[in-house]
Amino acid sequence: MFEAFLFFAPASLIILGALIVIFAKNPVHNAMGLVMTLVSLAIIYITLNATFVAMVQMLVYAGAVMTLFLFVIMMIGVDKKEQTTDSIKGQTFLVSGVFLILISLLVYVAVSSDFKWDLWFPPVEYDVEGTPQLIAGTLFTAWIFPFEIISILLIVATAAAIALAYDTKKRNSNA
Amino acid sequence: MSTELIIALIKSGIALSVLLTNTILLIWLERKIVAGMQSRVGPDRAGPFGILQTLADAIKLLLKEQIMPLKADRAMYLLAPIIALVPSFLIFMIIPLGPDLNIEVAGKNYVVDLVGADLNVGVLYFLALSSIAVYSVVLAGWSSGSKYPLLGGVRASAQMISYEAAMGLSLVPVILYSGSLSLVDIVDSQSGNLSSPIPFLDSVVSFIPKWNVFPQFVAFGIFFIAAVAEVNRAPFDLVEAEQELVGGFHTEYSGFRFAMFFLAEYINMFNMCAITATFFLGGWLGPTFENFLPPLLSAIMPIFWLGIKIFALLFLFIWFRATLPRLRYDQLMELGWKRLIPASLVWLILSAIVLGFREFGLPWS
Repeated sequence: MFEAFLFFAPASLIILGALIVIFAKNPVHNAMGLVMTLVSLAIIYITLNATFVAMVQMLVYAGAVMTLFLFVIMMIGVDKKEQTTDSIKGQTFLVSGVFLILISLLVYVAVSSDFKWDLWFPPVEYDVEGTPQLIAGTLFTAWIFPFEIISILLIVATAAAIALAYDTKKRNSNA
Repeated sequence: MSTELIIALIKSGIALSVLLTNTILLIWLERKIVAGMQSRVGPDRAGPFGILQTLADAIKLLLKEQIMPLKADRAMYLLAPIIALVPSFLIFMIIPLGPDLNIEVAGKNYVVDLVGADLNVGVLYFLALSSIAVYSVVLAGWSSGSKYPLLGGVRASAQMISYEAAMGLSLVPVILYSGSLSLVDIVDSQSGNLSSPIPFLDSVVSFIPKWNVFPQFVAFGIFFIAAVAEVNRAPFDLVEAEQELVGGFHTEYSGFRFAMFFLAEYINMFNMCAITATFFLGGWLGPTFENFLPPLLSAIMPIFWLGIKIFALLFLFIWFRATLPRLRYDQLMELGWKRLIPASLVWLILSAIVLGFREFGLPWS
């Protein structure tokens, strides 16, 4: 009973947040809907014993990325009229096609499993907790090479962004 | 209902009452101390030494009219004070207030740990919730539909994001030293006294408690500066610089909603001091005098020690406010990005090297 509540409360918040993202007219409301989805997702991770992933989700996505989003939205200006015309030709058609494929996939899964899904928590007892030690142990031994490659990639991206944004003309005139 | 659920409910109730009582005390204390430093009397009418002044102010704010600006964004305007208050209560739940207590109720023995929740990712939880708290300031500033709050909100979000980075980085060496992300383990790792492999040094330092503040003094300095900036207190209170921005992000808030921001600020201040005490000053560790104090009194001694440490740090916060002038905005950003973050990175590398030597010896031996 309690576990069901712990699942359904954040799950319905996720859906509500996603609906706000799609349907709200104000960009700031959209962004806050996304924050709600991300935080509720973190709660689901906690109920699945993945506390580390949950905290990183909150810290990185809900905390850092979305704050920057909100910052940009507020700076660019919320008062502009929303673009109602399609920017890509046949946009509506494409999106509804993807949506139809998704729905048919869900229906296929539902029919092929005879409507017998286990929506509840799996009966298996999970002893493994998503501790930082466990994740770090895998990340820094088996996956050390991809990890380092990604860090270099991120630094390259940051340096490139700075190089693009840096105004070289201004510096020359100052010198 | 299970026993755990009841214990958890009691814990939350205690946390709520402790935080609210503390805020009342803290606001009075701040007004009194600042008044003393400026040769004024401070509040002295309501109750003995004016201690009930905050309560009177709270009642006044509760009964006041709520004014909402015409151009305000209704939903976000109402949401912002709630987002401010919730993380501040949640952060307190991970602070260990003492060792495990043995309580006998109706012949049965219960072991109660004096912490809301002992998370194995406590440090990350603290950082995650303080990053959520940024939203309250941003949203309050934006949704008021007025220029001064907007400027205050933009300043605040930039400041809090910048100093969060320095704060997180300054905590990493402490985690390396303690070997855990759990706040309970971090306190446990600070018990005992310092020791040194050099015999002469050992005889000197063996009287000093093994608090992280002694080996990690640079991290302590960086963390404390970042903590002051994170809760937007003087000298980093550009968010609500009265001369420039009226009242900053909460200019358009009145009555109870303003009181919620006010409450959140003081609870955050208290939390920051409690976190600093836990990370660097040994948390609840201290002599309990088990031999000559009655058992009940010696059982609550840890809470007493933690309280003393927290209020000593809070006194520092108030002292800063009374002493230091406000920084200019570019100075603030420069301090954060060009001084604190590089310093904390260098200190992190140094601590890692020292720990590596201790663990594995010299690389050529």
